Amino acid sequence: MSILNLALLFAFGCFSLAQLLCLYRVMRATGFSDRVLALDTMAINMIALLTLFGIQRGAQVYFEASMLFAMVGFISTVAFAKFILRGDIIE
Amino acid sequence: MSILGEILIAALLVSGGVFGLVGAWGLVRLPDMMTRLHGPTKAATLGVGSVLIASMLHFWLHHGVLSWHELLITIFVLITSPITGLFIAKAHMHLSWQQGELPRPPSGVEWCTYGRGAENSPIVTVDGPEKPCE
Repeated sequence: MSILNLALLFAFGCFSLAQLLCLYRVMRATGFSDRVLALDTMAINMIALLTLFGIQRGAQVYFEASMLFAMVGFISTVAFAKFILRGDIIE
Repeated sequence: MSILGEILIAALLVSGGVFGLVGAWGLVRLPDMMTRLHGPTKAATLGVGSVLIASMLHFWLHHGVLSWHELLITIFVLITSPITGLFIAKAHMHLSWQQGELPRPPSGVEWCTYGRGAENSPIVTVDGPEKPCE
């Protein structure tokens, strides 16, 4: 087992644990914005997990998926904040 | 594939994993919503950035292709993360404090979050009292 595989396993474990902690915060949130912040962090951690999976498989197809995760996470968070602030998403 | 490149990629992966874990741990452990913003917007972005750069180095050194996708995702995440933090902080301000509880802006105008257009918001009342969310 090479050092790269060990580091990959470590990073997989770290980001999976981070996803679980964010999931706990989603379930036990104190308010709307708290929950949305945890969901946004989950999207960001998902980008990292997809990239790690791409490294492990040696395939480059997963970068499109992580790009989509980045865009959709950003847009959904901004849409939520716009709805809270303005009462409308597209004015 | 040199051993030096492999060690560099492994170090980037390990530091990325540690930063991501610290960001999520800060999200759980920090006491208040405004302090909780610090964990994800700083640490998780740094973690994702180093994982993406490790992926770029890996595909360059192992497969001989220099792919720009990762750099694109890194730049996108680095640009959008402060905007996300700002928007969530503004929404939290809107849900938690009334207009009169905040200090006045210096030049006599209103804060723009409570200004024109905010009266359409379903949760926030611009002038009247509303119970804070937390």
